[in-house]
Amino acid sequence: MFAYYLDLALRSLKRNKALTALMVLAIALGIGASMTTLTVLHVLSGDPLPGRSGTLYYPQIDPRDNSGLFPGKEPPEQLTLTDGQNLLRAGRADHQALMTGGSVPIQPDSSSLDPFYVEARYTTADFFPMFGTPFLYGQGWAAADDEARVRDVVINSELNQRLFAGADSVGRTLRVANTAFRIVGVLDNWEPSPHFYDLNTGSYGYTEQVFLPLQTALGLHMDHNGSSDCWGNGAGGIGGTYPSEECVWLQFWVRLDSPAQVAAYREFLVRYSQQQKSLGRFVKAPNVRLRDVRQWLAYERVVPNDVRLQTGLAFGFLLVCLVNTVGLMLAKFLRRASELGIRRALGASKRALFTQLLVESGVVGLVGGAGGLLLALLGLWLVRHRPSDYAPLAHLDPTMLLVTFLLAVGASLLAGLLPAWRACQITPALQLKSN
Amino acid sequence: MQIQPILAALKKHRLATTLIALEIALACAVLCNACFIISQRITAMHIDSGVDEAALATVQLTGYDSAQAADVDARALAALRAVPGVESVSLLNSIPFGSRRGTAGITTDAAGKHFGGVIEFYVGGPGSLRALGAKVIAGRAPQADDFHAFTGFMPDQGSVQITQALAEHLWPGADPLGKEFWMLKSHFRVVGVLKNLVRPDPTGWSAERRQWAVFLPAQPGPYLTGSYLLRASPGDLPRVLRDALASLAKAVPEVVIDREASHTLTDLRRDVFKNDRAMAGMLVGVITAMLLVTALGIVGLASFWVAQRRRQIGVRRAIGATRRDILHYFQTENFLIVTGGIVLGMALAFALNLTLMKFYELPRLPLYYLPLGAMALWALGQLAVLGPALRAAAVPPVVATRSA
Repeated sequence: MFAYYLDLALRSLKRNKALTALMVLAIALGIGASMTTLTVLHVLSGDPLPGRSGTLYYPQIDPRDNSGLFPGKEPPEQLTLTDGQNLLRAGRADHQALMTGGSVPIQPDSSSLDPFYVEARYTTADFFPMFGTPFLYGQGWAAADDEARVRDVVINSELNQRLFAGADSVGRTLRVANTAFRIVGVLDNWEPSPHFYDLNTGSYGYTEQVFLPLQTALGLHMDHNGSSDCWGNGAGGIGGTYPSEECVWLQFWVRLDSPAQVAAYREFLVRYSQQQKSLGRFVKAPNVRLRDVRQWLAYERVVPNDVRLQTGLAFGFLLVCLVNTVGLMLAKFLRRASELGIRRALGASKRALFTQLLVESGVVGLVGGAGGLLLALLGLWLVRHRPSDYAPLAHLDPTMLLVTFLLAVGASLLAGLLPAWRACQITPALQLKSN
Repeated sequence: MQIQPILAALKKHRLATTLIALEIALACAVLCNACFIISQRITAMHIDSGVDEAALATVQLTGYDSAQAADVDARALAALRAVPGVESVSLLNSIPFGSRRGTAGITTDAAGKHFGGVIEFYVGGPGSLRALGAKVIAGRAPQADDFHAFTGFMPDQGSVQITQALAEHLWPGADPLGKEFWMLKSHFRVVGVLKNLVRPDPTGWSAERRQWAVFLPAQPGPYLTGSYLLRASPGDLPRVLRDALASLAKAVPEVVIDREASHTLTDLRRDVFKNDRAMAGMLVGVITAMLLVTALGIVGLASFWVAQRRRQIGVRRAIGATRRDILHYFQTENFLIVTGGIVLGMALAFALNLTLMKFYELPRLPLYYLPLGAMALWALGQLAVLGPALRAAAVPPVVATRSA
């Protein structure tokens, strides 16, 4: 029966090519626009560390004074060095890492390469096991090395390719900012997107090429990159290079596996704030937050507003296209009132007619969906050539491919429902008589 | 033209009529809001920077210690001033549409109780305000003894020029000259008012805050170094900048020239607004496609109705209706349906605007967008229905005598 309906549908669609083309075009344009924007939204709001992000938390405390310079109730988005080190040494979580961004000059041994600057991350040992960074060679440094200020470095595969042509460089020496470091590990491609652990350096398309022990880097006065928010009198951190003790400029991440641990850690943060207040370091009442990766990204509004806006408008456009298709489909079905009347008179049930008409609208949806897919690919190609930092990420993945087709067929079946129902309401006798 | 019979006929096609009206309503809501967003973006892109962008460029140096600052600056300035065609070189921490180094919150009282907002401090060396070409509309420009040496991120006191937008925000209606404000313990006195001076990052701020900037004169030092403002004649500027970068590479070979941040202000401006331009372009695309689909939908349905009513049209023609009558019939019918859609569309446009205001800090939709949107859709409807209506008018009276 389905094959027969399909045949009927194709015949009917062929009979009025302009109207069919119009419906297909409307669906294709609507699907193309909404799938392009939805894919961008999907890519940008993706999970940076699938499988791990649910257990990673970002503690926030409020060490600021009451100057009123910072309106709002939210604690600052980063930590001071003292608080960061205190929380790190307290070691209340399974894994914890303190970090900040920087940029450092790399001075290659070979005279054929000029010195160049790369993005760096100054962090502590747990960074690698906590975030599950994949290693091509070697591994991260040990926790004991943090305090010992060892001169170990982890580099990424891109830098390894550039300096050592991709060979196993573990144990070799790398000159960073006039200091010799020993390479202990080479990361395989690792580029969490968004760059959730430090959003100040840009949310998308940002990767560090070297990872240095935090204490070592600070001891060597390596350049700090990122945001620092200060109260108090701003100037004069370590050696004048870094923000002062009245500035927040470090990120701290912890791994907590169970809700009980999360509750305990939150409790710990409150107690820590109280203790610091009684010591006179903190002025405000304890004001803590403990967000997981998803909550943190949502709070920081990582996905650009423009992208959300575009998605909304594209769906508005899809709605216009669908209403348009409903109208055209209605016209098309009602035009065949006499044909449908004859079928009814010959014994076809309303249900059979309804199915037949839905098959027809499904065919339109399928063709429109295919057109929409092509348009979405074109749209994504256009997005990739746009000058935004997320442009290279705009690719259609299998999930979105499936969503596109379901959306197209679902939308046109939905669009076909009303006209098909309306067309089935005809009185066969009347239709037969009028001819 | 009698409207009554048209309405009576439309009642027979209630579903189709409702659908077209609904499509027009949705199109109206999206059209008004999208046009409003486009106009917002275009306004933002055409912001008056208050400086002579066409004649300005910047060169940014990094990768040296603050102890080396005086030495690096001396050699860099000498090299830059020697480039043929350079009219002036000065030091300026933040650059309009470029590097941002002086964003800070201020208060209008010493105790720090009255928050004045987050503003941009343009800390500039001698000659930088003149080089910018910012217009002083009240008070005075900085004098030689206003430029103090300083340690720390910013001078902790000084006589400053502030933009009129910031003055109006801090002291509405009052004369800003002689007024004071504080940044933590640092204390500043207003001696001049600038017509405009845009923030380095205007896109990150709401429309009224984009001009919240002050010019703070200072002597170059460890925290005012490596950020140069070049002035040359507009036609010559790209060549001057190229030569300047080449001669710096020789004069200060040990430091890093930040080539990504060293550009003409015209280029920096284009870069700052690239996302707005892309967004406006995307919206224009969506609007065009939407209007096209809507118009084609109207053509499709009108054609269907004309075909369906061929006999009636023939009868009307046979009993005396002119071609013009038939044409007007379909035009009026379309006008009525579109009007119905627009009435609903205006309500939808407002609802959509309220939603956007809630989530995207968009201002309220100005009322004049509604009649403009209505006119556009009426025109679109008439244009779309013209073809089918002309075909209807061409139906000969003899059709009435034939059976279908």
